[in-house]
Amino acid sequence: MTRKRARLYMVLLLVLGVGTAVALALAALGQNVSYFRTPTEITTGNYPEKNNKHGLRLGGLVEKGSLIHEGSAIRFSVTDLKNSLPVYYNGTVPDLFREGQGVIAEGHVDEAGVFQATMLLAKHDEKYMPPEVAKELKDTGGVK
Amino acid sequence: MIITLGHFAVSLALLLSLAQSIIPLFGASQNNIKKIQIGRGLALANFVLVATGFFALMYAHVTDDFSVVNVAMNSHSTKPLLYKITGTWASHEGSMMLWVLILTLFGALIALVPRDMPLVLRARALAVQGMTGVGFLAFILFTSDPFIRIFPAPTDGQDLNPLLQDPGLAFHPPGLYMGYVGFSSVFSLAAALLMTRDIDAKWAKYLRVWVLLSWGFLTFGITMGSWWAYYELGWGGWWFWDPVENAALMPWLSGTALLHSVIASARRGALLRWTLLLSVITFSLSLLGTFLVRSGILTSVHTFAVDPERGVFVLALLGIATGGALILYAARAHQLPEGTLFAPISREGGLLINNLFICTACATLVTGTLYPLLLDALGGGTVSVGAPYFNATMVPLLLPVLFIMGFAPFLKWNKGDVRNALANMKLAALLMLTAIAAGLYAYGNHHIIGFIALGAGGWVVGASITDAWRNRDALFANAPRLLGHLGIGIAVIGMAGSVYNQENAFTMQVGDARDVSGYHITFDALADVQGENYLAQRGTFTVIRGDDNVTLYPEWRFYPVQAMPLSHVALRPDAMRDLYLALGEEQEDGKKKTHAVRFQIHPLAPWIWIGGVITALGGFAGVAQSFKKKWI
Repeated sequence: MTRKRARLYMVLLLVLGVGTAVALALAALGQNVSYFRTPTEITTGNYPEKNNKHGLRLGGLVEKGSLIHEGSAIRFSVTDLKNSLPVYYNGTVPDLFREGQGVIAEGHVDEAGVFQATMLLAKHDEKYMPPEVAKELKDTGGVK
Repeated sequence: MIITLGHFAVSLALLLSLAQSIIPLFGASQNNIKKIQIGRGLALANFVLVATGFFALMYAHVTDDFSVVNVAMNSHSTKPLLYKITGTWASHEGSMMLWVLILTLFGALIALVPRDMPLVLRARALAVQGMTGVGFLAFILFTSDPFIRIFPAPTDGQDLNPLLQDPGLAFHPPGLYMGYVGFSSVFSLAAALLMTRDIDAKWAKYLRVWVLLSWGFLTFGITMGSWWAYYELGWGGWWFWDPVENAALMPWLSGTALLHSVIASARRGALLRWTLLLSVITFSLSLLGTFLVRSGILTSVHTFAVDPERGVFVLALLGIATGGALILYAARAHQLPEGTLFAPISREGGLLINNLFICTACATLVTGTLYPLLLDALGGGTVSVGAPYFNATMVPLLLPVLFIMGFAPFLKWNKGDVRNALANMKLAALLMLTAIAAGLYAYGNHHIIGFIALGAGGWVVGASITDAWRNRDALFANAPRLLGHLGIGIAVIGMAGSVYNQENAFTMQVGDARDVSGYHITFDALADVQGENYLAQRGTFTVIRGDDNVTLYPEWRFYPVQAMPLSHVALRPDAMRDLYLALGEEQEDGKKKTHAVRFQIHPLAPWIWIGGVITALGGFAGVAQSFKKKWI
């Protein structure tokens, strides 16, 4: 095999590989990106992913006095200090999940307007606030 | 006094690193042996100086010197001694000290070994290593100084986050950094090769031992991190496709590609340019990872409080290192010796195809990890890319790798024969079918991905055993490949098991019994326990299935200094599964005191980490070979 031909094969393989990767990545990104939304955006209906059955990330503070245990499930509200949204979650609750703390919930909004969470991210550090939540609270003027 | 000495040592190291990045370069271009020897001396001195700084910080942690801000913020007098020692690198500043300690350690190693390395090559590698040192020592001294004092000293510290008070902290960060930062040596040598004219194609052999060493440690560090997250974070998952995890996986993937292409280069003189490019990319990905983790720019389940300003500094270092090396590559690559040719069906061909898949997977991983940053920068909104994306892309890209890695070792160098190689795949095929059949029998016919992964794992294990048998007279000479491939096969089987996880959450009070997933669980007792620096409620649970009768002691801990609760999971691993029991916080439910209990069954899970450690041993076996050849 000549050097030129070897190089041609290499380039063809590379193009094929990169093409496959780009196709896979774009297809997967289209379906699997979850958008970060605030309670205000969701309660006012002001977000484009309204009809998605999944792929939302709700961020804010766990509203004080809103946490209720129902067996192994919990109900609570997430607030951006302007509006709040009720959340239902049945699953592993992070150790540091507390009222008044920052939280990110993944899931979707059901017909009754309740956020059905499939996963909770609370931070394992008292000082830590997710950057999205910090920005959101700053925007609503709740926290400096 | 000691802390001031440490501060001085690190400041001096910054100056000497500057000298190290200049003097040996002149030595190499003027063929001045004296200047090259000065470069070697500087590299050794820098290691000693940074080690002095590092151990001064450790001394402050161990002796509870709360006049040091870093100690006051991250330690407490009641903290157990082990965590005072490991606490040295638990904070941002301390972990950057560990980073630079390992950087200068590799600089010192390049100065000493291997003995037969050409002087010009060593000199230039030392200079590049010195430049990286300048960047990161400046980063420490100007943005993350661990030696800052506070007067008057607080009477006690704020303690370390309880999640980090775990033996995992002793293994995971040092192992990970030895790998991550170890690739700096590969980067420096690759840059040195690019700077040197008239090199032999087989000079890639000088990269090999450094690649193996760094890759072995990175594999070990990732394995330990995954295990730690599994039992300590309390979710029972071993991989979350979280940005911080991806940050470690990116250099691992490109390092794995490099590991294979460097063999083709060193042994056959093939693929030299590709090897050098991968060397640059791998360390660049290490720097990218450092940036992602240290800037806290992405929301991560593993992110601790960090200062985004520091990220800009690391980003600048990343830009300079990667940009500089790529410009050098562009200027010099076409002057490198032409590689040896090989047939498409050959050992080299197999290595190359695998390289292609692994690099594609790596690019996909980088895309997914950086996409939220890109979209945010373009004003496209705040998004996150999670597990579904990575599962949908990485699994199809990496499955062919598993198939080829079983097959390719039976191809000959230069020109291989498919039929000949296939004749060796009988055991692999048998184990693949057995694994699938066993999976069908044990878990039923749902979750197709589980069978594919089980089959792929069986295929790789079978091929490795055949490979070992064929090379039974030369096991040591083939140990890196045999251990590396066997470990991956075993780990894949363990990962396949997690498709069949059973997770149960329910509430119990003392005296309750319950049947869950075929197990009979009784909550026998609850006791208050006083740990060294925490209070805990310890549950006693009996878990019975058939003759299998285990007692598990999960704890709900409370660390008073940080006012932080922590669930301490009870595990019972055996060859077939891990039993996983976590106790939740006490809830007042009317007059009853109940606890949330999580009981999970993780089939085959222990094999994930056993496989990972075996894989890492493959890398270390390659290093041992170099020792034996008196190469070092």
